[in-house]
Amino acid sequence: MTITTPKQAGGGVAPSNLVTFQIDELEVSVPKGTLVIRAAEQVGIQIPRFCDHPLLEPAGACRQCLVDVSMPDREGNLRPMPKPQASCTLTVAPGMVVKTQRTSAMADKAQHGVMELLLINHPLDCPVCDKGGECPLQNQAMSNGRSTSRFVDIKRTYPKPISISTEILLDRERCVLCQRCTRFQEQIAGDPFIALQDRGARSQIGLFSADVLGFGGDVPAGPAALDESGRPFASYFSGNTIQICPVGALTNASYRFRSRPFDLVSTPGIGEHDSCGSAIRIDHRRGAVLRRMAGDDASVNEEWITDKDRFAFTWQSAPDRIATPLVRDETTGQLRSASWAEALDVAAAGLAAATTAGGGHGVGVLPGGRLTLEDSYAYAKFARAVLGTNDVDQRVRPHSAEEDAFLGHAVAGRTVGGAGSVTFTDLEQAPTVLLVALEAEEEAGVTYLRLRKGVLAGRTAVFSVAPLASRGLDRISGTLVAAAPGTEPEVLDAITGSAPLGQLRTVADGLTTAGSVILVGERLAAVPGGFTAVLRLAERTGARLAWIPRRAGERGGVETGALPGLLPGGRPVSDARARVDVAAAWDVPSLPTTAGRTTTEILRAARKGKLSALVVGGVELADLPDPAKAVRAIEKVGFVVSLEVRASAVTELADVVLPVAPPTEKAGTYLNWEGRPRPFPQALASTALADHRALDALAAAMGAELGLRTITAVHAEIDQLGAWDGARIDAPVESAAEPTELAPGQAVLASWHLLLDAGRLQDGERFLAGTAKRTVARTSAATATAAGLTDGELVRVSSAHGSVTVRLAVTAMPDLVVWLPTNAPDCAVRTSLRADAGDVVQLAPADPAGDDVVSTDSAGSDNNDEVSA
Amino acid sequence: MSVSTLTPVLSAQWDATRSWTLATYEAGGGYAGLRHAFTQEPAAVLATVKDSGLRGRGGAGFPTGLKWSFLPAPDGGPRYLVVNADESEPGTCKDVPLMMATPQYLIEGSIITSYAIGCHHAFIYVRGEVLHVYRRLLRAVEEAYAAGYLGKNIMGTGYDLDITVHAGAGAYICGEETALLDSLEGLRGQPRLKPPFPAVEGLYARPTVVNNVESIASVPAIVMGGSDWFRTMGTEKSAGFGLFSLSGHVVRPGQYEAPLGITLRELLDLAGGIREGHELKFWTPGGSSTPLFTAEHLDVPLDYESVGAAGSMLGTRALQIFDETTCVVRAVTRWMEFYAHESCGKCTPCREGTYWLKAVLRRIEAGQGSMEDLDVLLDTCDNILGRAFCALGDGATSPVTSALKHFRAEFEQHITAGACPLDPAASALFGYPPRDAGRLAGQMAGTVQA
Repeated sequence: MTITTPKQAGGGVAPSNLVTFQIDELEVSVPKGTLVIRAAEQVGIQIPRFCDHPLLEPAGACRQCLVDVSMPDREGNLRPMPKPQASCTLTVAPGMVVKTQRTSAMADKAQHGVMELLLINHPLDCPVCDKGGECPLQNQAMSNGRSTSRFVDIKRTYPKPISISTEILLDRERCVLCQRCTRFQEQIAGDPFIALQDRGARSQIGLFSADVLGFGGDVPAGPAALDESGRPFASYFSGNTIQICPVGALTNASYRFRSRPFDLVSTPGIGEHDSCGSAIRIDHRRGAVLRRMAGDDASVNEEWITDKDRFAFTWQSAPDRIATPLVRDETTGQLRSASWAEALDVAAAGLAAATTAGGGHGVGVLPGGRLTLEDSYAYAKFARAVLGTNDVDQRVRPHSAEEDAFLGHAVAGRTVGGAGSVTFTDLEQAPTVLLVALEAEEEAGVTYLRLRKGVLAGRTAVFSVAPLASRGLDRISGTLVAAAPGTEPEVLDAITGSAPLGQLRTVADGLTTAGSVILVGERLAAVPGGFTAVLRLAERTGARLAWIPRRAGERGGVETGALPGLLPGGRPVSDARARVDVAAAWDVPSLPTTAGRTTTEILRAARKGKLSALVVGGVELADLPDPAKAVRAIEKVGFVVSLEVRASAVTELADVVLPVAPPTEKAGTYLNWEGRPRPFPQALASTALADHRALDALAAAMGAELGLRTITAVHAEIDQLGAWDGARIDAPVESAAEPTELAPGQAVLASWHLLLDAGRLQDGERFLAGTAKRTVARTSAATATAAGLTDGELVRVSSAHGSVTVRLAVTAMPDLVVWLPTNAPDCAVRTSLRADAGDVVQLAPADPAGDDVVSTDSAGSDNNDEVSA
Repeated sequence: MSVSTLTPVLSAQWDATRSWTLATYEAGGGYAGLRHAFTQEPAAVLATVKDSGLRGRGGAGFPTGLKWSFLPAPDGGPRYLVVNADESEPGTCKDVPLMMATPQYLIEGSIITSYAIGCHHAFIYVRGEVLHVYRRLLRAVEEAYAAGYLGKNIMGTGYDLDITVHAGAGAYICGEETALLDSLEGLRGQPRLKPPFPAVEGLYARPTVVNNVESIASVPAIVMGGSDWFRTMGTEKSAGFGLFSLSGHVVRPGQYEAPLGITLRELLDLAGGIREGHELKFWTPGGSSTPLFTAEHLDVPLDYESVGAAGSMLGTRALQIFDETTCVVRAVTRWMEFYAHESCGKCTPCREGTYWLKAVLRRIEAGQGSMEDLDVLLDTCDNILGRAFCALGDGATSPVTSALKHFRAEFEQHITAGACPLDPAASALFGYPPRDAGRLAGQMAGTVQA
């Protein structure tokens, strides 16, 4: 394990592929096919531009980048081209002579002319415009425009702004019609919900009707309630259009009119909402974050981020932030504020007594999956070195022993550039990508964009083993390899070179091609035999394998040992040499030898009185496989220490609550799914402690030396520990579960998290919530008919524990399967049904007498604890 | 000059009874060209057209045969012929009467051309507004299918061809060949970035020939008569015949099919001259996008080279004739209103430039201009010409710059007198209610609903 950033491979270009030409009297050699405007950038010559964007196809629309070009004719005599040329569409040619506005009066005049034309209908309302101060139009008007306007006629006006979605507002007067937004939506996101409309000076960016486009049931949640235009612009990447807009035409509903760019302090950051590790920029003022922008990292997110990474940041400063440590008052039984000293003492005493060494049954540690590498390492060490237990598990989602083995065997220790590694760039180049239990757009947004880039370039074919082809899969021309929940191992095993000609054979042959990749999602843990089959497939085809969890901290946690069977560096707990290694580095006599409990086992043990205390990090109980049981475990266990940013369901049950810092208020490192360290600095000054520091203090209060007070100390220790060169955990060997017999009206549940849902990290951002997809249940037409359901009508999906009632969208998918979003605001599957993908549920038309559209009755019985846990 | 100067080929049957039917067309020798073409290899047909010196009749005058030969070698995939029947240049009115009167000429030409270039699906993109022409074309194609000139195994040759007639939605920009292709594909009609050129990646990204109606309609006669016959007409570099469309203040406006190189003086003789009691003031040689000529250009031979040398363009041979009663400011303003309305909006110079020119011209016409406005007009034209994405923007500047070149004094008169010195009603052939000057200059200039 290392936390140094890997070096990029040198991008040398063979001289034969270089073109030499002249720009402003400078001799320049650039790769063949380079656009003049890019070549100019390379030698530091800035040609003004609006429509040009390095990641979008050339358009040549704004005409601002005109330059004077001469070309050698056949005899080699230089001949000036009669018209100035758009440098954003012109590729360099040998012997070409380019004169920009710096050396050519014609180019300068042309640029001044275009700038004047751009401004005649522009409102020039810079003093009230969000973009003022960081506006390409403003800047270039100053550098390449006339100081006064000759336009005295009446400007074109429009009512303003119009809502493109709940979070994006369009001011058509400011728009210079460069079409960056529409081109982004079409070429990058694949959500062309906006387009140029009308013509001439009346040209404007406008909306399409959902009826025309067809959403396949994925209608945005917002418009009905919030958007006055009543029309949807549903794209998870729409915020990028605001950022690339070269004027202030596209603005964000929550940021609009709130700040001037020159008042903001910018700090680089890393998106905390998925495991992609997207580079972001956090813009803040007087201790408050006002907006987040995409950072520019060509090897990870290029210049794009999801709307969740962009807009969902208010959770960090929500009103329910825990400001001070809290301690449960012995007399009142209520939580009360306490000093750090008191809280640490109480926590230390409680935990010390709960350890086996202290006479208790032991302590379980649930750090949660959203931690930085440093914090996660601290939990892993705290559990082993201070609490003397391997009962530590970061997974707050369905998981399995098979997954433990998979992570230890095939994920731990992988580094970017190391053997078998997969990177974003690899995805873009891969001939075939097979997605298994991974809905890339929902669960790893910018990864989806990379896949799409490879597909659009004609390099990549995507296949998805899933119960249905989502709109996301359609937009990457992906092929569905249909698999009902639980049958994934069977389908994966059928992908062989000896399969009869057809889809499975195509996938098998594709995966055999060098560079092909299998991407596995965390949801495969819920499928017995799934990871086993994936490993078999990878071995059979030679395709490389990458695991893409949803949460930002999970990949790091595999390396830090926030799993019951793994020590830092992916060292197996079962390996004596590994334990000695780590014990020596930690300066403890020995480490616990018995394998730890998984999350579910920890909670069960807590419920059964087999654990005396729990240390709980950022854990949302509703995300656990069985939230109700988790609540009972926390209630039942003797002592609970919670380390949280905001009050949660755990807080009210905890004995001691230690407030910790959200990502903005601490420095740290995420390890993204590639295994690439993504360090970020602290953006806001804060007194809040990072988890590692709180744990260090807690250990000190228990009389132990954790040695992780500063981030430097954590890094030093991780570096000292080094990578593990011993054997990895054995690959899992698990067979698939037998299919369940279904009674009439029953179906197997399929489910995944949507990008925008009821997640707590999206709290407080109603404009973002408006672009979430409306909740629907999906079944095949045959299943709907058999269960008496009608497309578009309400369906009641129930289990023994409760039900949800949502609208049905009939979808092409295997029969006897019903899909529900895992955690939509009106459809919390785990809380309501206490069921998960692969479980059997009951389908019925919604009771017309039912008064509530969405019921979440979860008062089921608790009698079958051991069976279903 | 006499009527014998005319060379009616395309218009030869226009006066026949029910000239638009296949029967009339065949009775007049129709489809002999196709039969003759089928006796030759496609390459030989292509060579004939190339040798004939036929140049594109849509305005630019690019050698037609040469354009066909730009198609890459067949790769087994489809290649297309697209006939540009989106005639919409102000003053241009040759393709519409041709398709109205003898649509079979275009169908036959399309079949021969398709055969020559190895195309099995040709498209005719016709202006949607000319519904009667659209119907005539549909019927003509129907008749051709019924007669076995279209479909599978045409006339037993084993050659297959389908023709689709597509009605455009009425945008001038769709006469630009790449915008036409986008529109035909169902997209917003906007010009494409070139390269790739249509010959390499045209319709559906396949090799495509885009030709004007008159060019294609000329092909059967060329194949029948041979390239030498064609070259007996016209000039050395501008071979053959063409339709000259006279409109405006002439006694007999209409289509005059004559060899290229004829002069306006000769054409006016044929057309009975300028209307009684008036004299020529200015005229366009090839539609509103070609710089204006005046009486001093009456003897300029109307071929590509001579018109070019005289400072304009032959264009579509749309000769709009204006006598001394016409206010040149008014005429130019109307044209500019057209360009501003038809600009597709893709590029800044054309979109914003025509908006501005229109506003300034309206003010000048209403007598509310200033002398500085004339400089603004010229400078804005300079900022559009050669800066726009396609030729539409360039064309929009022609009437302004040429009018200011020849009639600057008349612009200045509007400004100094504070009103138009001419009576608009005098130039009209019918009762003409004067327009409200204030409304012209004021509200209309600024409103987007103009």
